[in-house]
Amino acid sequence: MTAMTDNAMPVTPRAIRDEMIVFAIMTLLLLIVPLTDLYPFFVMQALCCALLACAFNLLIGYGGLLSFGHAMFLGTGGYVTAHAAKVWGMPPEFGILVGVAASAVLGVVTGIVAIRRQGIYFAMITLALSQLIYFIYVEVPFTHGEDGIQGIPQGHLFGFLDLSKPTVLYYVVVANFLFGFLIVFRAINSPFGEVLKSIRENEQRAISLGYKTDQYKLLAFILSGTLAGFAGSLKVYVVQNASLSDVEVSMSGLIVLMTLVGGLGTVFGPVVGAFIIVATQQYLAGFGSWVTVIQGSIFVACVLLFRRGIVGEIAHFFRRSL
Amino acid sequence: MSISLPALSAQLLVGLINGSFYALLSLGLAVIFGMLNIINFAHGALYMMGAFCAYFLLNIWGIGYWWALLIAPIIVGIFGMILERTMLKWLAGLDHLYGLLLTFGLALIIEGIFQNYFGSSGLPYAIPDQLRGGTNLGFMYLPIYRGWVVVFSLIVCFATWYLIERTRLGAYLRAATENPTLVRAFGVNVPRMITLTYGLGVGLAALAGVLSAPINQVRPLMGENIIIVVFAVVVIGGMGSIMGSIITGFALGVIEGLTKYFYPEASNTVVFVLMVLVLLVKPTGLTGRAA
Repeated sequence: MTAMTDNAMPVTPRAIRDEMIVFAIMTLLLLIVPLTDLYPFFVMQALCCALLACAFNLLIGYGGLLSFGHAMFLGTGGYVTAHAAKVWGMPPEFGILVGVAASAVLGVVTGIVAIRRQGIYFAMITLALSQLIYFIYVEVPFTHGEDGIQGIPQGHLFGFLDLSKPTVLYYVVVANFLFGFLIVFRAINSPFGEVLKSIRENEQRAISLGYKTDQYKLLAFILSGTLAGFAGSLKVYVVQNASLSDVEVSMSGLIVLMTLVGGLGTVFGPVVGAFIIVATQQYLAGFGSWVTVIQGSIFVACVLLFRRGIVGEIAHFFRRSL
Repeated sequence: MSISLPALSAQLLVGLINGSFYALLSLGLAVIFGMLNIINFAHGALYMMGAFCAYFLLNIWGIGYWWALLIAPIIVGIFGMILERTMLKWLAGLDHLYGLLLTFGLALIIEGIFQNYFGSSGLPYAIPDQLRGGTNLGFMYLPIYRGWVVVFSLIVCFATWYLIERTRLGAYLRAATENPTLVRAFGVNVPRMITLTYGLGVGLAALAGVLSAPINQVRPLMGENIIIVVFAVVVIGGMGSIMGSIITGFALGVIEGLTKYFYPEASNTVVFVLMVLVLLVKPTGLTGRAA
């Protein structure tokens, strides 16, 4: 394997300490956002995307598996949570739980199919699977087709946190994001993560050492899909709707782009990338479909000029792993 | 359930036509993958460019369908070769996935630009005079243009197969796919062959675009969905064999057509469902070499 692992570095205790420091800074920055002029809605949207990109990065950055269909998990988590909250009247904690469970099930089903091939085929298969899921959501009645599920009540988390209050919602989203981020962080620094990296580097070798690589890949896929679904469920309480645009191929592409811009296989890259891409979408909204052209150009520039991504370049400069 | 023969054959014909496009597109993908180790995500966008080329030729220079069949693939092929020389070339030796990402970006750029100037609606492209009308075959009415698309695509597919499997140039190509270093040592200009191969694959996509223009209109996003279906076709058929791509393409088109008749709700998803089934039974694809 070659450059998909540009950002690969051995994880030493020192690197973990660096990562802890950056994590502390990130947490602090997120906590003081309501005191600044930053628009909390923008930060919350970016955080949902960041969680999504972190989940995606777990697969590509550490397992070497490029999923071009992660929008299916985002959409599934979103639709199921939206339905649970609006039609079944579930409180947020159960709404999120149901959405996450649904994406986990989808992760198992699609994972069993997708991990049967590697590399380029894996990407095409996940893309086709997400298109299949897209067409299913177009047909089934509970998603309300083109209209989507609108006006979702935010409710009270655990009965006392009123999510319709912007500040409460903000801190709930931050807490959930940090929770999801730490799950990914824990996974990549665990023995499981080490095996995953060995599969990325040399799957045949890992097999010969006695690892059942298919099981590891499947587990990574399910974990990644579940967390992506978690991001989708969370997003429902932020934007209060769920629509087909979250399941579209362009969304899957956007997830790839965020991670690529930030740095494939870096811990914090997906977060940085998500903030940048969500910001470009906000500021360039007036340019209409030129946004697509700009995003395409970023793709091309990233692949041709800086494959390490922003965080990857910084880490490379300081010879650290971030 | 009573079967209405005219309706069934009409859907079968639609299936065959879609199958022609799948075959032409997956053939191009397979040829490109063989030489460049790149899955060309821009294939759908270049298919769309083929259709637009025909449209421009007609509406700006008054050049009709027959010349467009020749000129559009050449123009788009040259455009593809420029892309290969300026960008794709630099990915040699990197992980294959970067090729997918780069061409995905290119597809976004190309489709975005066309969408800016032409919106999302379709532009009409008339069927050439010689191919208007239709004949009654007794059990169904056959529009001549549609029959022509199927027959012409078959001819192009088999010509490509012949070129690659039976000529000297094709032999070089296959050899360079297996071992580029060795072929270079024999004095064959492999980088030029790679460029030409990309041009050929892209030209096939553009040709499919021209063929589809009178049937499906000319739309900036006409290639957006078809490329994903073609990816599924490629996963089902495997990219190891040229003939495999052709047969799988046509077969899946027909199956899709049959689904439109018997269970229309599933017509969008049937190819993907088949892909899942094939992966569960025979993960390497029907003609598959492992990759």
